[in-house]
Amino acid sequence: MKKIESITDFYLLRDHIISDRPEGLSTLIIPAGTCGQASGANDLIRVAKKVILEKKLIDHIRLRITGCHGFCQMEPSILIEPRNTFYPKVDLGQVPLIIEAAINNEIIPQLLWTDSETGEKIERQQDIPFFRHQSRTLLASNEKVDPIRIHNYIENGGYQTLAGLLEKGKPDAVIKEIKSSGLRGRGGAGFPAGLKWELMAKKPKGNGKFLICNADEGDPGAYMDRSLLEGNPHSIVEGMLIGAFATGADKGIIYVRSEYPLAIKHLMIALRQARDLGILGQRVLGTGFSFDISLVKGAGAFVCGEETALIKSVEGKPGEPEQRPPFPIDKGINGNPTLINNVETWANVPVILAKGAKAFTRIGTPNNTGTKIFSLVGKIKYTGLVEIPMGMTLRQILFDIGGGQIDNREIKAVQTGGPSGGCIPEKLFDLPMDYDSLAEVGSIMGSGGMIVMDDHSCMVDVAKYFMNFLKDESCGKCFSCRKGTQRMYELLDDISRGEGTVEKLKLLEELALVVKDTTLCGLGQTAANPVLSTLRYFRDEYLEHIEARKCRGKVCKDLITYRITENCTGCLLCIKACPEKAISGKKKELHQLDESKCIKCGACLSVCKDNAVIII
Amino acid sequence: MIRFSLNGLEVKAATGSTILEVSKNMGFPIPTLCNLEGLSSMGACRLCVVEIENYNQTRLVTACTYPVTEGLTVRTASTRVIRARRMIIELLLASAPQSKRIQDLAAAYNVRQQRFRQEYENCILCGLCVRMCKEQMAAGAIGFQGRGQTRSIGVPFNRKSEQCRLCGGCLYVCPICELRCTYTEPEKAVCGGCANISPPCLENLGFDDMMCYMEPCVACEIKKE
Repeated sequence: MKKIESITDFYLLRDHIISDRPEGLSTLIIPAGTCGQASGANDLIRVAKKVILEKKLIDHIRLRITGCHGFCQMEPSILIEPRNTFYPKVDLGQVPLIIEAAINNEIIPQLLWTDSETGEKIERQQDIPFFRHQSRTLLASNEKVDPIRIHNYIENGGYQTLAGLLEKGKPDAVIKEIKSSGLRGRGGAGFPAGLKWELMAKKPKGNGKFLICNADEGDPGAYMDRSLLEGNPHSIVEGMLIGAFATGADKGIIYVRSEYPLAIKHLMIALRQARDLGILGQRVLGTGFSFDISLVKGAGAFVCGEETALIKSVEGKPGEPEQRPPFPIDKGINGNPTLINNVETWANVPVILAKGAKAFTRIGTPNNTGTKIFSLVGKIKYTGLVEIPMGMTLRQILFDIGGGQIDNREIKAVQTGGPSGGCIPEKLFDLPMDYDSLAEVGSIMGSGGMIVMDDHSCMVDVAKYFMNFLKDESCGKCFSCRKGTQRMYELLDDISRGEGTVEKLKLLEELALVVKDTTLCGLGQTAANPVLSTLRYFRDEYLEHIEARKCRGKVCKDLITYRITENCTGCLLCIKACPEKAISGKKKELHQLDESKCIKCGACLSVCKDNAVIII
Repeated sequence: MIRFSLNGLEVKAATGSTILEVSKNMGFPIPTLCNLEGLSSMGACRLCVVEIENYNQTRLVTACTYPVTEGLTVRTASTRVIRARRMIIELLLASAPQSKRIQDLAAAYNVRQQRFRQEYENCILCGLCVRMCKEQMAAGAIGFQGRGQTRSIGVPFNRKSEQCRLCGGCLYVCPICELRCTYTEPEKAVCGGCANISPPCLENLGFDDMMCYMEPCVACEIKKE
């Protein structure tokens, strides 16, 4: 690729790319983010390429491989442009038929989406309820852009905002725009980004000013940032370039966790291509502005998502948080001014500068503008990534987008914000999803994880799960966090095994409040949230574990028993499935379950076709 | 000079002073465990937490690491602070009950029992030994290893250290080693002060200045190997 020497040359390249685009062809889009690849998208791609080459269809159809579009449960899927035909859960054998139909501008009705209520077929992606109620500012780009082809990003309007700013923009005006947009940090805390940028711009150049993209996304169940990094890495690069222009930073770092190999691969390709084209490095697009970005990989520590620990990790030291003040803006990497923003925050920057702050504020609610991507997972019909305008209620997200409960169970609670967040009970489902409302009910928005729970979930187990995670991930510097999380886990474990007492519950609450008060960093300060929020809304479950030694969700292993009922037809399936050989019996005879050997793994329950296995 | 409010008093302090330094000078007692004059502050033990008010929000911060700022309001012994300190002392007793320093803290704050599962650890990871070795002895032979529950103090790769000059500085500053009851292995006692105690029931032997406020009494919990 030839380096672009001036802004005029950039526009020429863009025009050339657009004019080169063949007109009138359909495009076969195969999402191949980590979710897609895990579901078999790579095989779809292989077969599609084979069919196109063998049948010499290169001039009849285009193929675009993208990152995740968000409907992860329906992967591998295929999207056809320009009709926006959506084919969910595609089988390998269906690929040639889909290609042929696309070339002829036709559809295959049997393979389309079926509406669960009306039974009707829906062709276009945007008409399907899961997509229709979303506000897909960022995720829509994932459909349009091939992440490893920078020309494709430029073709879709990429880097034009940057070019325009370098040509005629002013740093102060950019900061003003970000401030008026009301963009709040999407990493969880929701600090106004414009304010941070303003403080950073005022800092003297000194030994260099750093921008960091925090891509350490550590919350279990959250993978929004992953899909943005895999699907549209250039949006983050452009966001950081704009940020550097506005604040006077000269070096950028993307700190990405090692557990995201595809994101790392796509980022490395994107950075290299941007450097080759002259969009990163000395004299960006031939102007006097210079900025480059390097990649630093995490090493498996959740705590390194905390900004001061992240800085230590970048400096090569063990990731232990430090007290603030001083804040990273004042003293960051090697003592230099450092601005840290989350992946989703950076991805919103080019959008705001392109469409204007006013347009951004029209989405969302006052003080909580724009969209937020949530990862909707758990006991819900449709799981995946959803991008909604801030202020949409939880009920709308769960039922309009997520399709509601599975198997006619009742959705009991939703956990938001990962291990730093809390549980929201059913009675509060009309809560608007924004930073302020969530804080009022004892939870946080966090990075956007949303785990749905029904009556087959145990709230004590949920608190125990998160406490186990936090006790393993605590850096260990603060005595109250290290010991506090360990002791809270012990108490929760006791309660879940039926060895809880009312005194232990009181101790748990006391301890939780002290841990919250006395620890240094966000990990410890929010470690108590899962416990405190489940106690606030589901205290009766805790008391049931303690007083009745009963787990109504039938999860806590020491409090449940598996049993085979008279529905058993003697089919031998469970005997074969049991890893502990705890079930005995002959063909066509009632099988017997030896409770002393049973480890409650649930294998028998999953294979039984006669509903003969119950948990009491 | 910085002006701020300490327990209701208007005080002046040099820029860069910590709340702990100023409180000590003014005579307000703040307990510490991981802090030692001559070593840098770490904020590991969390005992020295005080309540500060900034922008209408109050929170607890460690006095040893927080620099005083203009207009700050500090309370060194509010209800919230005392409640936090007492729970931290309970956690300390639950981990290392045999340490005299921790027992004295328990006595001072009237913590008469600890309600957790009892552990007998030799180290509370306060980091005094690490800082002593690096800052005062200029050796840096020991450091922190691992994270969370597997965090420990040791030498790199657990290999015999060439930096360690066997100066004993780490033993000298350790709040757990200090006058520690090693009743099961008296020959390992640092100072030997308790070497002739066997079995170590403090009540029976009338050691008035060594107080044991544990319930149940720890000494009877440990059986001789």
